[in-house]
Amino acid sequence: MSIRVQTEDFNIGAEIAGLTGGRTDIGAVVTFTGTVRGAAGGSPLTSMTLEHYPGMTEAELARVEAEANDRWPLSASLIVHRIGELHPGNNIVLVVTASAHRHAAFEAAEFLMDYLKSRAPFWKKEARPDGTSDWVDARETDTAALQRWQKSPSKAAE
Amino acid sequence: MTSGTKTNTVTLRYFAWVREKIGFAEEEISLPAEVATVAELIVWLKARGETYQAAFDKPEVVRTALDQTHARADTPIANAREIAFFPPVTGG
Repeated sequence: MSIRVQTEDFNIGAEIAGLTGGRTDIGAVVTFTGTVRGAAGGSPLTSMTLEHYPGMTEAELARVEAEANDRWPLSASLIVHRIGELHPGNNIVLVVTASAHRHAAFEAAEFLMDYLKSRAPFWKKEARPDGTSDWVDARETDTAALQRWQKSPSKAAE
Repeated sequence: MTSGTKTNTVTLRYFAWVREKIGFAEEEISLPAEVATVAELIVWLKARGETYQAAFDKPEVVRTALDQTHARADTPIANAREIAFFPPVTGG
């Protein structure tokens, strides 16, 4: 279990090696990388600035990660989220899940991203070539994505 | 339990466009004991001035955290020391 919030970029290969190095119990590693798109709603973007709530971000990501570990038999997991000013093509977020078998790793990675997007206190502000900028609106689809995780097959939430 | 009549000192923190509308990121306030829930706190803050009215113009859009844990409009403030207001999150 590991969480990092940082301005620096991350190297996916190095992060996987860090999680799996010296271990022989892992049979599946899934990674998800979120990157900055160069356009929003048909208009080009020059940059995206990520603000967060230091302290709560780490606490919320830890809660989400603990929930994933309750639901799936994970051997290891990692969440890295960047903050500050990013540009089109840059990495934003990395989720890595490792398990003995692929299903747990796939599902847990998607679960972590869905929960992160709806609960972790990050906010994006997009800047355009004309110098204007706007906070990104939350998407209904991100909230809807949570619904399917509500009924846990293995464990009652309360 | 509402046994005390004294005020409660809390730190308010604002993020993203809530921060921009209010004009600063953080303040300490003395909260009257009768302000018991998140919804009541928002009503109380809106009475403090135009910037607060602008930030909480649509209170149902603003999210709240008590001591860095997500809360709802009807959540009791109780003995929270840090209360944060922010837009729906957009990370990932």
